[in-house]
Amino acid sequence: MHPTTSAVTLAVAVFLASAVESVEALTIIVAAGVSRGWRSALEGMAVAIAVLAVLVAALGPALVDLVPIDVLRTVVGTLLLVFGLQWLRKAVLRAVGLKAKHDEDAIFKKHVDALGGTTGGVAARTGRDPAGFAVAFKGTFLEGLEVVIIVLGLGGGDHQLALAGAAAGAAIVVVAGVGLVVARQLASVPENTMKTVVGLMLVSFGTFWAGEGLGVRWPGSDVAILVLVGVYGVVTLALMQLLRGASRPAREAASA
Amino acid sequence: MPEDKAGPGASGPPPWPVRWLKAFGAFWWDFLVSDTPELLIGALVVIGLVALLAKAASVNAAAVVAFPAGVAVLLGGSVYLARRPKR
Repeated sequence: MHPTTSAVTLAVAVFLASAVESVEALTIIVAAGVSRGWRSALEGMAVAIAVLAVLVAALGPALVDLVPIDVLRTVVGTLLLVFGLQWLRKAVLRAVGLKAKHDEDAIFKKHVDALGGTTGGVAARTGRDPAGFAVAFKGTFLEGLEVVIIVLGLGGGDHQLALAGAAAGAAIVVVAGVGLVVARQLASVPENTMKTVVGLMLVSFGTFWAGEGLGVRWPGSDVAILVLVGVYGVVTLALMQLLRGASRPAREAASA
Repeated sequence: MPEDKAGPGASGPPPWPVRWLKAFGAFWWDFLVSDTPELLIGALVVIGLVALLAKAASVNAAAVVAFPAGVAVLLGGSVYLARRPKR
């Protein structure tokens, strides 16, 4: 595969994965802002981003420079494979109705309720609020940590940290921009489709890099990533069809 | 005299390094294991088999086929487990 094609595939994978995590973080930040005041929520978010930036600056170059590339690819590939399989499994189960769709509105309401606030008339609050700060910090930090792992994993495994970081940054900016416009209409993001695509890419990159680290020589070199995406895509669609077919007679029997 | 429950032997909240380590461990547990331990264990088994094929047996073609096939079986198996009614 031409290096540019490989870089584009990597950037798309990082962008989509980071966008999904950013939507989850944004939901929590908006919930904290609306119910406890925007000042503390935004401060919590900013401190979490600063801590994550320090983590990336400290760990990124050390990972790439000090760890042998085969070890790095095996470990990172294994992490991406397991993480991607979790996403793909959830996406399959959600697509066939065996698991509830990830409802951002419900998550928003849950966080607002937990913070003891209401969504009306509280936006005027401007004072500092420890609970709002803590919730926004925790939400941003935990979701951001997953973005960091994806950036270090995908970027570090292919020595493309700067590109991976830029793709993640672009995703965060896009989600934040959309968040400013639509604020609470977060449920409109087609998350399950995105999670399926991201899961496919993470599993494919994970397989490829773990294989490379273990000494597997993939036919066609980087082109194998696209082949793996295709193979896993077919398997995922087949699983969805199989499960839909299996659950249809049960539903018909139940409705009869 | 009633026993003082908050005496010198009573334990307070653990020190911050312990809490930090617990939170760090909990994050990685949730990140890698969560409610699907079969995926982590299965992935390690598949990777172990591929390592044997690629390094010990030097059968590259078998490793190229076995890796994605093993991952596909793992995904199918995990979805099947999730479909089964919990007892």
